[in-house]
Amino acid sequence: MKLRIVIVEPDLARARQVIESLAPLGHDITVIAESAALARRVREIAPDIVLIDMADPSRDVLEEMALASDPLERPVAFFVDRTDRDMTRQAIEAGVSAYVVAGLQPERLAGVMDAAIARFQMFRRMRTELETTRRALEERKVIDRAKGILMKARGISEDDAYALLRKTAMDQGRKVAEVASALVTAAGLLS
Amino acid sequence: MMIDQLRVGFVPLLDMAPLAVAREMGFAAEEGIALDLIRASSWSMLRDMLVFGQVEAAQMLAPVPIAMAMGLGGAATRLDILQVLSVNGDVIGLSQRLATRMRAAGYGFDFHDARAARTALVGAAEGPLRIGIPFPFSTHAELVSYWLTGAELEYELATIPPPQMVEALARGEIDAFCVGEPWGSVAVDAGVGTLVLPSRAIWAVAPEKVLAVRHDWSEANPALTGRLMRAVWRAARWLHQSGNRGVAADILARPDYVNAPVEVLERALSGNMVISPAGDLRRVPDMIRFFEGAASFPWRSQAAWFAAQMADRFNLDRAASIAAASSICRTDLYRRNLRSAGADLPGASEKLEGSLHHATAVASEQGQMILSPDAFFDSRVFDLLAPH
Repeated sequence: MKLRIVIVEPDLARARQVIESLAPLGHDITVIAESAALARRVREIAPDIVLIDMADPSRDVLEEMALASDPLERPVAFFVDRTDRDMTRQAIEAGVSAYVVAGLQPERLAGVMDAAIARFQMFRRMRTELETTRRALEERKVIDRAKGILMKARGISEDDAYALLRKTAMDQGRKVAEVASALVTAAGLLS
Repeated sequence: MMIDQLRVGFVPLLDMAPLAVAREMGFAAEEGIALDLIRASSWSMLRDMLVFGQVEAAQMLAPVPIAMAMGLGGAATRLDILQVLSVNGDVIGLSQRLATRMRAAGYGFDFHDARAARTALVGAAEGPLRIGIPFPFSTHAELVSYWLTGAELEYELATIPPPQMVEALARGEIDAFCVGEPWGSVAVDAGVGTLVLPSRAIWAVAPEKVLAVRHDWSEANPALTGRLMRAVWRAARWLHQSGNRGVAADILARPDYVNAPVEVLERALSGNMVISPAGDLRRVPDMIRFFEGAASFPWRSQAAWFAAQMADRFNLDRAASIAAASSICRTDLYRRNLRSAGADLPGASEKLEGSLHHATAVASEQGQMILSPDAFFDSRVFDLLAPH
């Protein structure tokens, strides 16, 4: 029997990846990208499982649905830990949370969760790498600007300018990028 | 001194202040704790992080650990309430459409009288109201339900994450909200809402957020639990000094914490609220409180009040719910760990909730301590031993 799965995910590229990993299992998958009126849309689709990024603020809306007592509301029931604590732990570490309809057989859930966990782990790694690269780039830019300011103001070489930034950072127990950023801000105010 | 790393989770709201201050003003370091504050984007996320050990402690809506103890809403892990982080601090806001109708009917928005506000709201409502709250188990849900019980008003509570509350009101998805600061003030500044009451107008001393840990963690780490409690308690004492409010607002405004304008954060800290886009000002003493009047003491009777309310809303046994709620309030740890820090301790761990209409002196270990007024807007008194 096919499961009806809803993925709440504003990033379409990411949603597509999750679909790719789950589609071969033969399930019926719907993506909800908009958080507006989330509860109503989930109710309309009446899924067996809702997958959502653990850090998505809309999760609290699904918590409310889990409490709905009217059977017609098709309660998206409890968080997975009632069925399998280990699986929940893995899911949380990967950053995915799942809401399942009560009564869904655990073995049916396992396949979906394994695929989702693997996919979310990949995203988490990618996101961390992206963030690290972005920050390194920004830091380099600001350090370059600070070096330029120092070279002009004090008539020193690029190497000396960097050495000066590094020494100041060490003396103050701060990062070179922080000192550079402070200098750039100050220079901006003075010019 | 040995330094222990502790991860503590929070949701970006003004009332996480004691945690930020414990870290930034060195109260955690004094206790040999390197405090790692981890921001969560929803209450369910924070609860899961605590339950599954991604953080050792967390800021929590007071009713969340209580609901868990009652067996409501997934994740059945026993949590302990170590102390109260903040008292009051929420506001009820209305759409401009409702506010305009109330004003036209002669309501003056005194931002004080909950009974009058209710009557005006009932008169202005054109149909069933949708009221946004941040989480199904929350001070907000319980206070709004208590306030509107018996009113001739059809309403429905809708869960909306606090940062989305302003947009939901602007889009007409909700007609009103109850939310923690600074989000009410943000709605006013965005021109989409008018504030009608501070939460304290419904219950003068509602515990809002608590410091929660897993029960097995506090059992396994008694000394570290004590150090954490003292650091947070001293931070609350620091926050109580009015001269420190400006610095507190500066700290909280940072992107890593609440990420909101300093001026907006200062409103609730100082009690000088701007209640409408037109700039109407209202002075609210006790808008939010962290320390005085035994604010941080985890009264069993306050937890019992929430338990009784939730038992009624979710059809659970009232006595069993009250017993479960009382058992997770670690008044024993509070007494043991904060006595040495100089906290004055009340003689009892329960009181009649709602019986104090004025600040009142009661027996304490050091003689007498002053408790703040704790009255409900309807003057009812809650006695956990005789709940009916």
